[in-house]
Amino acid sequence: MKITLHVWRQPGPQAQGRFETYTLDNISPHMSFLEMLDVLNEQLVTEGKEPVAFEHDCREGICGSCGMVINGRPHGPRRRTTACQLHMRMFNDGDEIWIEPWRARAFPVIKDLIVDRSAFDRIIAAGGYISCHTGGVPDANAIPVPKPAADRAFDAAACIGCGACVAACPNASAMLFVAAKIAHLGSLPQGQPERYRRVRRMVAQMEAEGFGHCSNHYECEAACPKGISVEYIAQLNRDLRRAELIGEEVMP
Amino acid sequence: MKLDPKIPSGPLEEKWTRYRSEVKLVSPANKRKFKVLVVGTGLAGASAAATLAELGYNVHVFTYHDSPRRAHSIAAQGGINAAKNYPNDGDSVWRLFYDTIKGGDFRAREANVYRLAEVSANIIDQCVAQGVPFAREYSGYLDNRSFGGAQVSRTFYARGQTGQQLLLGAYQALMRMVDAGRVTLWTREEMLDLVVIDGHAKGIITRNLVTGEIRRHAGDAVLLCTGGYSNVFFLSTNAKNSNVTATYRAYKRGAGFANPCFTQIHPTCIPPSGEYQSKLTLMSESLRNDGRIWVPKKAGDKRPPNEIPEDERDYYLERLYPSYGNLTPRDIASRAAKRVCDEGRGVGPGGLGVYLDFSDAIKRLGREVIEQRYGNLFEMYERITGENPYEVPMRIYPAPHYTMGGLWVDYNLMSTIPGLHVLGEANFSDHGANRLGASALMQGLADGYFIIPYTLGHYFASYPKMDVTTDHPEFQRAEEEVRARLAKLLSIKGHRTVMSFHRELGKLMWDACGMSRNAEGLRAALKRIPELRAEFWENVNVVGSGEELNQNLEYAGRVADYLEFAELMCLDALTREESCGCHFREEYQTPDGEALRNDNDFAHVAVWEYTGPDSPPKLHKEPLVFENVKLTVRSYK
Repeated sequence: MKITLHVWRQPGPQAQGRFETYTLDNISPHMSFLEMLDVLNEQLVTEGKEPVAFEHDCREGICGSCGMVINGRPHGPRRRTTACQLHMRMFNDGDEIWIEPWRARAFPVIKDLIVDRSAFDRIIAAGGYISCHTGGVPDANAIPVPKPAADRAFDAAACIGCGACVAACPNASAMLFVAAKIAHLGSLPQGQPERYRRVRRMVAQMEAEGFGHCSNHYECEAACPKGISVEYIAQLNRDLRRAELIGEEVMP
Repeated sequence: MKLDPKIPSGPLEEKWTRYRSEVKLVSPANKRKFKVLVVGTGLAGASAAATLAELGYNVHVFTYHDSPRRAHSIAAQGGINAAKNYPNDGDSVWRLFYDTIKGGDFRAREANVYRLAEVSANIIDQCVAQGVPFAREYSGYLDNRSFGGAQVSRTFYARGQTGQQLLLGAYQALMRMVDAGRVTLWTREEMLDLVVIDGHAKGIITRNLVTGEIRRHAGDAVLLCTGGYSNVFFLSTNAKNSNVTATYRAYKRGAGFANPCFTQIHPTCIPPSGEYQSKLTLMSESLRNDGRIWVPKKAGDKRPPNEIPEDERDYYLERLYPSYGNLTPRDIASRAAKRVCDEGRGVGPGGLGVYLDFSDAIKRLGREVIEQRYGNLFEMYERITGENPYEVPMRIYPAPHYTMGGLWVDYNLMSTIPGLHVLGEANFSDHGANRLGASALMQGLADGYFIIPYTLGHYFASYPKMDVTTDHPEFQRAEEEVRARLAKLLSIKGHRTVMSFHRELGKLMWDACGMSRNAEGLRAALKRIPELRAEFWENVNVVGSGEELNQNLEYAGRVADYLEFAELMCLDALTREESCGCHFREEYQTPDGEALRNDNDFAHVAVWEYTGPDSPPKLHKEPLVFENVKLTVRSYK
């Protein structure tokens, strides 16, 4: 396959960025998208030019490191697939492909396709946990969790923290990311004592980081490589309203 | 180098209990005066950092990722073992201990392994309390599955994403401590050297991966939780950034490196599809619960799998190992796959593959059940290969996956350098010559949550507190060495890319020191590696500068270390003149091709001491004393 790439190049956070055009011949349809970028980078290094900086690690779709907007869609054209799991068989010979970083105020560009997603860590630090010290916990089977609750918690906990939801949202909102953690912990009996404190603190941090609000576009769910449902945003809003109206006390 | 494993006295079952009653403590008021540097945020690092911070220590934690949650523990799929005996199928601490020792082909330390089995149950309790969404029965109680090398169901799991869920639990516990101001988190900060002062580990040198700034960090102890080195093979199931640098640099500062040749090749990975291949993808071993492995009976049979009738298929694991069948341990399953492919019966491009077939399970249980159990794995397979495993059998082939070797540690998880502790895959301690499935997650969390919190205090209370600052000449020296090395890498401006060297080294290691080894091949590799290394230092091309984000420079430093470390691996493999676990020396095998151990000469841990750039490493041996188990020939027939 022959491919023409237009890649966003930006030397640093303050520098002006621009698209650079590259052509690649002999791309195999069995290559992953990132392997195609490896080929580009090997070519650039051989020419003594700086390779394209992009984040990647596990290349199995689970670490959440990779993320780029491919032809206008976070992680590219295939649904429920991270950029590292996207394969060139999804493209055609002669295609032009545009590659950009996530674009959001809360995710400043560091270099080329790499953005700073540390805001997500600070949101988790604000309350995305159950406060239990190591040791001194009951036997695991002393806390039965109804299967539907466990399944719901798992579906939400599958979030990989890649940030595609933010990149896809016209408001650059992090609601799906935050809601996934609220729903994960809030669906479990262990998560109840801190349920309302958690939602208030995480949402406050999300706002402080400069993410926008949700106005129900649902672009996040469409872009999410793990298929996290916007239904969790409703749960977040419900918990937040309740916390604001009644307070953080958990009713028996 | 003195190797004192410091195993507590007394009966095996009482050692850990006794240790905990007798261990020296640090008073709560004094804990905050001790600064602990934790390198790595996988299961071992995150759980250790969170727990030590809860106890009151001043913890600084370092990761080269943008977030602690990216560590490669996240990719573990299948599950975590624990001797809970919830299914009432006869499991016990003893049985988990015995399976692990036997699975490791009797090359691990009894006391460490017993302790691991003992704390395994606490790990599940801890993770459930944190909100890890393990699989449940309709009753609300926890579900278990079986895994290779065991005849009981003791594996807890969260669909095919157990590592992710356990890591997120540890990560959240860590971030809670960051928010409380008790952990200082350094992201995008890579450790490039260890600082040893008066014989004790007292600091590290790091490079900030965004600005290129070289920093000195002083502490009262250093914990390396930096994972394994499977990427020495270039193609492995490890994440692209996983590397040997932290442990190798510690080795060069005096830490003994134990059993570097013990590397595990995982039997169920997706075969490579071309030269451009950048990594290999694991398919969880749990698939072997319901999938049947086979190849055609005839060599060179090119018919599509569905057209090969039942009686022309060889379900070779079921045939050779009837009592364990498709659930034989990883080393045995991998070698069996290699053997049938070497016979010309392999399937797929290049004949490097065997079938993992779910058609019987789908017939028996229905597609829905299979989808529930393995849905995400099937999807992943389909995304990568473009084939639908519900309709055609998967093709799998072994790939480097885990390294049992690592820095030598005593019962306290302390290396031969006092103050330097090593946790998780980075140490050598619990898996012997072969790790059983679902035991890596168990060990990482055991070390971090339940062992280091006791043993680290013991170190602090045993030596007078040394207050060092980063002005010490040793910091100066280490920093200068790091700077000189980076400058050298940037100055060569040769004609070959870093990746081309890495790929060549990987191929060399896979052929000479992979699934099977022999003296001739290892000697040839030992000759070739220094040549390749010399070429690297003359002809590598690293572009850009050191004062900015430069992924090419990061990569070059890691490959430079692999080019030295590979030699140590081959030397260890050559010196161990026996076959045990994953270390299969062709010269030492039974008539039917099984590993032939030599307990008289090799029931020891081989520990290598660095003696300088121009002299060979020195071998030390820690004899393995088995007081509780009888060394038997490992049979899964």
